[in-house]
Amino acid sequence: MTGTRRPYVRPVDFKAGLVDMSHGSGGRAMAQLIDELFVEAFDNAWLREMNDQARLPMPPGRLVVATDSHVVSPLFFPGGDIGCLSVHGTVNDVAMAGARPLYLTAGFILEEGYPLADLRRIVRSMAAAAREAGVPIVTGDTKVVEKGKGDGVFINTTGIGVVPEGIEISGDRARPGDAILVSGTLGDHGVAIMSLRENLAFETTIASDTAALHGLVAAMLASVPGIRCLRDPTRGGLATTLNEIARQSGVGMRLEEDSIPVRAEVAAACEFLGLDPLYVANEGKLVAICDPGDCGRLLEAMRAHPLGRDAARVGEVVEDPHHFVQMRTGFGGSRMVDWLAGEQLPRIC
Amino acid sequence: MKYVDEYRDGALARTIAARIAAAVRPGRTYHFMEFCGGHTHAISRYGVTDLLPPSVVMVHGPGCPVCVLPVGRIDMAIELALREKVVLCTYADTVRVPASGGLSLMKAKARGADVRMVYSAADALRIAREEPGREVVFFAIGFETTTPPTALVLREARAAGLSNFSVFCNHVLTPSAIAHILESPEVRELGTVVIDGFVGPAHVSTVIGAQPYEYFAEEYRKPVVIAGFEPLDVMLAVEMLVRQVNEGRAEVENEFTRAVTREGNARAKDLVAEVFELRRSFEWRGLGLVPYSALRLKTEWSAFDAERRFAMADRRVPDPKACECGAILRGVKKPVDCKVFGTACTPETPIGSCMVSSEGACAAHYTYGRYRSAA
Repeated sequence: MTGTRRPYVRPVDFKAGLVDMSHGSGGRAMAQLIDELFVEAFDNAWLREMNDQARLPMPPGRLVVATDSHVVSPLFFPGGDIGCLSVHGTVNDVAMAGARPLYLTAGFILEEGYPLADLRRIVRSMAAAAREAGVPIVTGDTKVVEKGKGDGVFINTTGIGVVPEGIEISGDRARPGDAILVSGTLGDHGVAIMSLRENLAFETTIASDTAALHGLVAAMLASVPGIRCLRDPTRGGLATTLNEIARQSGVGMRLEEDSIPVRAEVAAACEFLGLDPLYVANEGKLVAICDPGDCGRLLEAMRAHPLGRDAARVGEVVEDPHHFVQMRTGFGGSRMVDWLAGEQLPRIC
Repeated sequence: MKYVDEYRDGALARTIAARIAAAVRPGRTYHFMEFCGGHTHAISRYGVTDLLPPSVVMVHGPGCPVCVLPVGRIDMAIELALREKVVLCTYADTVRVPASGGLSLMKAKARGADVRMVYSAADALRIAREEPGREVVFFAIGFETTTPPTALVLREARAAGLSNFSVFCNHVLTPSAIAHILESPEVRELGTVVIDGFVGPAHVSTVIGAQPYEYFAEEYRKPVVIAGFEPLDVMLAVEMLVRQVNEGRAEVENEFTRAVTREGNARAKDLVAEVFELRRSFEWRGLGLVPYSALRLKTEWSAFDAERRFAMADRRVPDPKACECGAILRGVKKPVDCKVFGTACTPETPIGSCMVSSEGACAAHYTYGRYRSAA
């Protein structure tokens, strides 16, 4: 579309309008919604071409692709909403390979009857997050399901990036002796979401930590190109992420409970909900594993970045044929930090 | 966190550990049963046993509300939940307890049963108010700690004239379970289970007080130390028990003075007495039929009693053969003595109830301590 667009009699009613089946029909109503909502918000050269796909230039390096579907409930929460979360989540998955995220795609599944005003808030939040991250949303898709068959809005995003030769970050590269670092306080996102759930609403000042981490990763790689593993501890929290890496790398881990950063408010909320902050989801934190000789420099680089201010070394990789993650408790004993069993908090992202 | 961190202080723990190490007599062992799952959980989660000398052995007791629910009662709850119009409200752990036919409340939910997880009895009452067209049943489980809240919502329901709310009562009593263990042949005659004393319940005792344990201390010559659920509480209780054993005393002592009195909570006890009465006997997983060990709604509250309202038939179903939950709940076996522990029975695929609740001995050992037994 060029400057002479809007061949529609009336603009989309973003005040009182609701999503209806025609918005996913492929007809004029859908074209208008795409035009007046998505293209306007995400605005870039590829979208303006109005093709069913985007043709993209690729810089040299290896292609990195990640996809993530977002079904968080509620859709709006302290510190964010499903829109910015769907950008951050996928940007982070790409960035955890040490890659520079370049493009995003977005697929929406909308429920009939969902207010267009809320949809616009979500889309604008998504656009702002993409712009801030410097990663354009270059193609997308919209489907509408009947009322009762969805839950307002589901968003799938796919991210594409490149990782230069020489950067080898993978979950199977942790070696005994390596240092384990986290970029900040744990459990903020999960507790912020829980505070809104209808059956346990409690008042809190905790906001989700949702954020795009590729800037932090770039700063870390500039300082220590030899980082071995990076992962964002989302669902299942730090405990699950470390167990995944331990299994992939065939190693064990030993943590120091006292060195793991957790906000007092989060610890308090977990205490009365019977949760363990090590298992609660994060959306703006990462775990890094590096050679112990690089640990000091890496920690310094992380703390110099606004998203890594509270970074800390929380433990070390050890030899263990059982691939157990163990922890020395603040109390002075030892225990395992096992895989998450069952479902601690459903629909958290 | 204030008022919590103080009870998890590592430096204080080391001080008490040193005192216990100095107090234990060489050449003798001390077996203490922590009755409550809350203590079992704290011991595993904070690694309390690492700070105790090897001669102090903690034996896990049956005080885990989810663990002691027999298969038959879960079956009854599932049958109820699958009825049309019924909404079954339950505490979260309960949904995963295995029942007959490979079912659990969670699996029944996938088959269309309306099972809702609630954090309190009051949430169940709220659902009943909000959905007048549904039959809302609260699956009430637990020891004396969770009984007063159930009584409270029942009183509220009656005052509000709610006709679509009822309670499937499974509340059980701590003193009867302790007596049953002390009377068991393993403890009394065979001597296969050595119990030198009890770490007494924390939250339960805030309601019933310290007085009900005096009988055990005197009659069975077993010291009881009531302790809070924080790890320092447990350490201090162990120290007090060691001293009682050394001095040949068998008394009820109260470590949890910040919350427990000798008389307990009179208002809560009155409330319970208003609504509930003793059952002649009740089946516990592991302990079998225990006389006068559980509560049911009094006749004048029968309109709110799900068992009467839905004419629920009592069911008794044996535990799965391979499962040792029964022996583990009585302190006769340890989780690792069970053949299916960690193999067929894990928190993801529990066979017995002790692997379900985070307060269960098997789940606690599997989740926090199995590296200790891994070769």
